[in-house]
Amino acid sequence: MYEMIAFYLFSVLTIGLFLVTVMSKNVLYAMTSLAAGMVLISGFFFILGADFLGVVQLIVYVGAIMALYSFAMMFFDATRDIKEKNTSNALVFLLGGLSALVLVLMFAAPIHSEAIQALYPMHEGAGNAQDVGIVLFTKYLVPFEVAAVMLLVAMIAGIILAGKKMDISLTEDISADDEILVVKDEK
Amino acid sequence: METTLAQHIVTDLPQVTWIGVLIKAILILAIISALAGFGTFIERKVLAFMQRRLGPMHVGPYGLLQIAADGIKLFTKEDIIPQNANKLIFMIAPVITAATAFIALAAVPVFPDFTIPSWIPLLGDTFVPSIASDLNIGILFVLGMMAAGLYGPLLAGMSQANKWGIIGAARTAIQFLSYEVVTGLSILAPIMLVGSLSFVDFNAYQAEGIGSWMIWQQPVAFVLFLIAGFAETNRTPFDLLEHEAEVVSGYATEYSGMRWGMFFIGEYANMITISVIAAIVFLGGYDAASSIGWLTIMLKIAFFFFLMLWVRAAWPHVRPDQLMWLCWKVLMPLAVVNILITALVMMA
Repeated sequence: MYEMIAFYLFSVLTIGLFLVTVMSKNVLYAMTSLAAGMVLISGFFFILGADFLGVVQLIVYVGAIMALYSFAMMFFDATRDIKEKNTSNALVFLLGGLSALVLVLMFAAPIHSEAIQALYPMHEGAGNAQDVGIVLFTKYLVPFEVAAVMLLVAMIAGIILAGKKMDISLTEDISADDEILVVKDEK
Repeated sequence: METTLAQHIVTDLPQVTWIGVLIKAILILAIISALAGFGTFIERKVLAFMQRRLGPMHVGPYGLLQIAADGIKLFTKEDIIPQNANKLIFMIAPVITAATAFIALAAVPVFPDFTIPSWIPLLGDTFVPSIASDLNIGILFVLGMMAAGLYGPLLAGMSQANKWGIIGAARTAIQFLSYEVVTGLSILAPIMLVGSLSFVDFNAYQAEGIGSWMIWQQPVAFVLFLIAGFAETNRTPFDLLEHEAEVVSGYATEYSGMRWGMFFIGEYANMITISVIAAIVFLGGYDAASSIGWLTIMLKIAFFFFLMLWVRAAWPHVRPDQLMWLCWKVLMPLAVVNILITALVMMA
């Protein structure tokens, strides 16, 4: 009963918030509703008893969206609406139709629910974190390691892109010091 | 040994009912909010004594009623919303800070458990647990919730159409991206040793007196966690977000009245949460077996709270680039090396 109420509450809120993310013309509303929606998705994991995944969802997306905010801060005036360029109507129609199709398939999937079986059921007595760890380091070891290598590649690429003028300080303007010295000399 | 002790504690306790959890939640809200107000008074007094001043003295004995005066001031002050601000986000932002701080406290053992005596009508014999919601991944939940709390300053700064505010918000983002890695990595080594993310298991792991405290096994992790905790709660030397001398009041520039007050309640609640985590993970926590266990953990929490004030009186601020340098180039490598050494010792 409580789970039902919580589920519908979280569902309505999540869908509503993500709608705001898509529809809103204001960067601040869009980002904030995205963050709130991501936090609320962790609620579904908690309802399902997957505490560990819920908290991971919380921590990962809070950090990731915080980084997105910093880009929004650099590129947009957060208190103003953004003028959107209207792309071709055909593309909107196509993407909208595809999304609707996927949505219908997702809602229709539970009809076939007998075919779904838990391949890796929870172990009695073992915690959430242990169960996730066991699956991650046996069945899904290769994808896990490939993902790690991908992240490493992304990190090294980021360092190379950003690290061209690492030896020059951006905050200390050395030419400004020279100007001050010049003024002193003239006096 | 650890698990049996934890099981013993769990089976020994009476059933937790929803009334008990509700009472606990109300208790946390009431007491921590009051403590946050009292915390400002203590902070001013401690800072004053360390700087050879008197601090608040005029309202009540030793200025004790200053809290009431401040509270009346905050509640009755006009709630100003700037004209060009994004009003909805501007109004929500302080609530995020305060709410997440208290949600984080839900998974932390704050006060000792007790049973309401049976002569009290309606609520008699209700068992009030020490943790409102005993998750088996408590530490991660608390850290995640405290991280979410930084959306408060971020949104406040971005919504208020004020240059100081936006600088405060930018600093919030870089501060979060700097310390978050250190917090997680520093606390990972103790988690590896205990093999659990539950506060109860941490407490049970260190149940054999001072010699078994985690701080002796993980001194590096303890120092790293404290430093990251100072950054997490915006305490000096890392209070870049509202650094008066540089950015007026940072994210809080346009706020007044109770909305401003909510930021502070959240900040002080976060200070208490960090103190509780440090006390339980590194300093032995509450001694469940002895009758003064609740007193020892209160003293430990009070010590960490005092430490934050002490550091504020003793250390200057750091610049944002210094914070990033410290977190990414010093603390993070140290934390990784600490984890590697811990892992090697555990494998051997």
